Amino acid sequence: MSTTAPADATSTLTLRVWRQAGPSAPGRLVEYTARDVSPHMSFLELLDVVNEDLTRKGEDPIAFDYDCREGICGSCGLVIDGVAHGPRAATTTCQLFMRHFTDGAVITVEPWRARAFPVVKDLVVDRSAFDRIISAGGYVSVDTGSAPEANLLPIPKHTADRAMDAAACIGCGACVAACKNASAVLFVGAKISHMALVPQGGPERERRVLAMVAQMEKEGFGACSNEGECEAVCPKEISVANIQRLNREYVRALWRKP
Amino acid sequence: MMLDGRTPGGSLDAKWSNHKDHLRLVNPANRRKHAVIVVGTGLAGASAAASLGELGYNVLAFTILDSPRRAHSIAAQGGINAAKNYKNDGDSVFRLFYDTITGGDFRAREANVHRLAEVSVKIIDQCVAQGVPFAREYGGLLDNRSFGGAQLSRTFYARGQTGQQLLIGAYGALMRQVDAGTVTMFARREMLDLVVVDGKARGIVTRNLVTGEIERFAADAVLLATGGYGNLYYLSTNAGNSNVTAAWRCAKRGAYFANPCFVQIHPTCIPASGEYQSKLTLMSESLRNDGRVWVPKQAGDRRAPQDVPEAERLYFLEERYPSFGNLVPRDVAARSCKAVCEAGQGVGPTGYAVYLDFADAMHRLGTHVIAERYGNLFQMYERIVGDDPYRAPMRIYPAVHYTMGGLWVDYNLMSNVPGLFVLGEANFSDHGANRLGASALMQGLADGYFIIPYTLADYIAGTSLAPVTTEHEAFAEAANVVQTRIDHLLRVRGDVTVTQHHRRLGQVMWEKCSISRTAAGIAEARDAVRAQRDEFWQNVRVPGESSNLNKSLELALRVADFLEFGELVAIDALARDESCGCHFREEHQTPDGEAERNDERFAHVAAWEWHGSTRPPTLHTEPLHFESVALAQRNYR
Repeated sequence: MSTTAPADATSTLTLRVWRQAGPSAPGRLVEYTARDVSPHMSFLELLDVVNEDLTRKGEDPIAFDYDCREGICGSCGLVIDGVAHGPRAATTTCQLFMRHFTDGAVITVEPWRARAFPVVKDLVVDRSAFDRIISAGGYVSVDTGSAPEANLLPIPKHTADRAMDAAACIGCGACVAACKNASAVLFVGAKISHMALVPQGGPERERRVLAMVAQMEKEGFGACSNEGECEAVCPKEISVANIQRLNREYVRALWRKP
Repeated sequence: MMLDGRTPGGSLDAKWSNHKDHLRLVNPANRRKHAVIVVGTGLAGASAAASLGELGYNVLAFTILDSPRRAHSIAAQGGINAAKNYKNDGDSVFRLFYDTITGGDFRAREANVHRLAEVSVKIIDQCVAQGVPFAREYGGLLDNRSFGGAQLSRTFYARGQTGQQLLIGAYGALMRQVDAGTVTMFARREMLDLVVVDGKARGIVTRNLVTGEIERFAADAVLLATGGYGNLYYLSTNAGNSNVTAAWRCAKRGAYFANPCFVQIHPTCIPASGEYQSKLTLMSESLRNDGRVWVPKQAGDRRAPQDVPEAERLYFLEERYPSFGNLVPRDVAARSCKAVCEAGQGVGPTGYAVYLDFADAMHRLGTHVIAERYGNLFQMYERIVGDDPYRAPMRIYPAVHYTMGGLWVDYNLMSNVPGLFVLGEANFSDHGANRLGASALMQGLADGYFIIPYTLADYIAGTSLAPVTTEHEAFAEAANVVQTRIDHLLRVRGDVTVTQHHRRLGQVMWEKCSISRTAAGIAEARDAVRAQRDEFWQNVRVPGESSNLNKSLELALRVADFLEFGELVAIDALARDESCGCHFREEHQTPDGEAERNDERFAHVAAWEWHGSTRPPTLHTEPLHFESVALAQRNYR
C-alpha cells in the first residue's frame, strides 16, 4: 500500500509575505492563510488566489512582478524561505509548482534585497541598474544594414554552444539577491562571456569589459567573494566559470587598455 | 468604402526596391530635430527604436515592463524563417512568399508578403553580426530546421529560445542608442491614449505605473509596436501584461482595426489544470519535427500511453495529411486535435488533450539528440506538468497564441491616421488568416530594422508638421479622458473582481469564437460581451488608489478595453461569412471538412471604423488581388 497522498490532494499553507507601501516606507512580514492549494498551481498562481481573496475583503493585494509566466522574461523573482526563486534548482518563481510544498507548510516570501535593487512596493524591486550596465557596453556596435553575409564567418559549433549557455541569462537578478555581497558579477560575466566567445564581440572586447565593470561598481553592487550562491540559484544554470572569464577579460583589458 | 493599401506598381519582385528608390529622405543634420515615439520594445519596437536612433532621430521609447528586455517576443521559442537556401533544398524568396500567402489562406497583401520574404535574408545577417548565438553545424555554418506549412528547412534557431536571443540582440542595439543619447527610454509606462492634432498623430498619454502620474509626450510620429490581443481570451500563451489597450485607444481615435477575428489557435500547448490557471504555455511547433501526434483509436480508452499497442493508435495528422504529416499549418492541426477530442478519443484527466510522442525519434536518433534539440522545452514541460517527457509522451491541446488581425496599415506601415505607424503583431499586414510558424519574429524584425526607417523618413520629409507641445488642448483633452476613466473605475467599488470579469469574457470568446465558429454562436458571444460590459462598469471592484503601483487598476483599464474590443471581434467574425485559415465557420466547409473560402465575396481586408459602443462600426474593405499566386484551396494532403 502506498502511503503518499493522492496526486491531486489540496493543501493549506501559511504565507508570511513582505509588505512595504513604497521605497521609503517601513516594511514588515504579514501572515496570510491559503486554503485548497492545488499541487498543479504555480507559486504565482497561489499569490493570484491570495490576492483575489484580499481584493474581495477590501484589502490591498500583494504587488509582485510577472509577465510571461514561462520562465524566460525574467520579470518574476521572489525570495522564498530565504532562497532566491525558491527550493527547486534551475527554476524561476513562475515555474515553481505547489506540488513541491507539503501541507501545513509556513512559507516566507520576500523581495530581492540589494542596495542596487531598491524596493518599489511589496515584492517589486527596481532592477534598472542592469539596463544601465548593458547600456554601458553589452552589445556589438553594428548599425542596421551594415552586416556582412551571415555565413561569411564560421563559428565552431562548440563555441556557439558555449556562447549560447552564457547568453541564456534572463536578467532576473536572482544572482544578486542570493549573494551576501549583492554582487552582479554572474550577470555581467554571462554577457561578457557571450560576447567574448563569438568573434563578432572581438573588436570591442577591452572597451566593453572595462565600461560594464565600471558601471556595475557605480550602481552599488558588491564584490565577488567566490561563494557560488549565484550559480546555485540561477534559474538558467549560468556557470560561475563565466565569472572567471570576466576576471580574465578584465585583467587582459587592463594590460591592453585601448 | 474602399480602402487603398497604396501598393506600388511594377512587377512583384521589383516593387519594394523601386518604391525605396523614390521615397523621400530626411537630411542627417535634420533628423535630430524630429521626435519619434515608439511604444513597445519587443522585436518590432526595439529594432525600430534602435535603427531610428542610429539614423539620428530623437527617439522616445516606452515599455510597460520594468525593462525593454522583457517584452513578450522573448518567449518565442522555435525560430525565424529566412529564404537563405543554405540547405540547397530549393528555397527562394518566391517560395517563402508563396508559402506565407498560401499558409495565410489568401487573405494577406501580396506585395507586403513578398517584401517580407525579400528582407528576411538581411535579418539573419544583422542578427549574426550582433552576436546572436544561432545553432550551427559542425563546420561552423548556420543550421536550419523545418516548421509547419513548408516542405523545406528555412528556420534559423537558437535552441528553444530564439525569441530571447533575437530580442537580446535588438535590446542591445537599443541600449547602445540609449548610451549614445539618441533614444530616451521610459520603462513601466502604459500608453493610455493617442493624441491627434490637425488629423495627425502627434503624441501619446501614458500612465507612470509606479507613481500613477498621467504623462504627456509629443512627437512628429507615433510608432505602435504593442503586440497582439490574444489575452482577450483570458487564457492564452501571451504574457500577463500583453493587451489591446494601446491599439484600441488608437482605434477610438479613428484608426481602423483590420480582421480582428483572425486569431491563431496554436495546436501544441500544455492543457489547463484548474480554475486558478493564469496562462497557458506553448510547446514549440519545432517539436512536431520529431514528435508524432496521436490518440487511441478506441474512444474512452483510459490506458496509459505505453500500454496502447501501435496498431491501436491513431496518428491522425499523418493519416489525414500524408504529405505534410505532423507539420501541417497550425489552424489545420488545431482543428484536427479538437475533432478527435470531441469524438471521445482525447486523453488526460479532462479528455481534452492528445499525445505528442518522441519515442520513435529517441529510438531513431538517440535521447541525446532529442535533448540537444528540445532540452529546455522538455524541462519546461516537466516543471509545469510534473511528468517526464523522455519517458511518457507529452499531453497537449490547442490554445490562443497569436493574432493576425491588428490595426490597418498601408504598404508603408502607416495607419489611416497620418503619422501613426503600426509594426509587428500589432498590425494586420502579412499573415492573412493564419500565420506560419517562425514568421512572427521575421515580421517584427523586418518591420523594425528594414522597412520603417525608409517609410518613416518619407512621411516626415513629405509632411508639414507644425510645432506641437504637450500644452496643446488635444493633450489636455486626452489626459482628461484617461483620468476620468481611472476615477470612474476606482469609484465603482463593486463586488466582482477584475480577474473574474476577465475570465468570464475569455470563456465566452473561447467557447463561441475560437477554433470553430457558427453564426448563432458568434452572435451569442457578441450579445454576452455587450451585456457584460455594462455590468463591468456597475460592479467591478478595483482596490487601492491611482497614485502608486496598482496592478488591479492596470488590469481593469485593459479589461474595460477588451470588453469593447471583444464585441468588434464578434462583429467581424459574423460579417466574414466564409471559412478561411483560422476563421473556420462550420457553415462553410468542403465535403472533407476543410475551410471553404468565398473569394467572390471575401477576398478583402475588413477594416472597421469604431464609433463608440452605442453605434455600429463602419466596415471599410480593401480588395486583395492575387497576381502571382493563383487562388486555390490549400492542400496539405
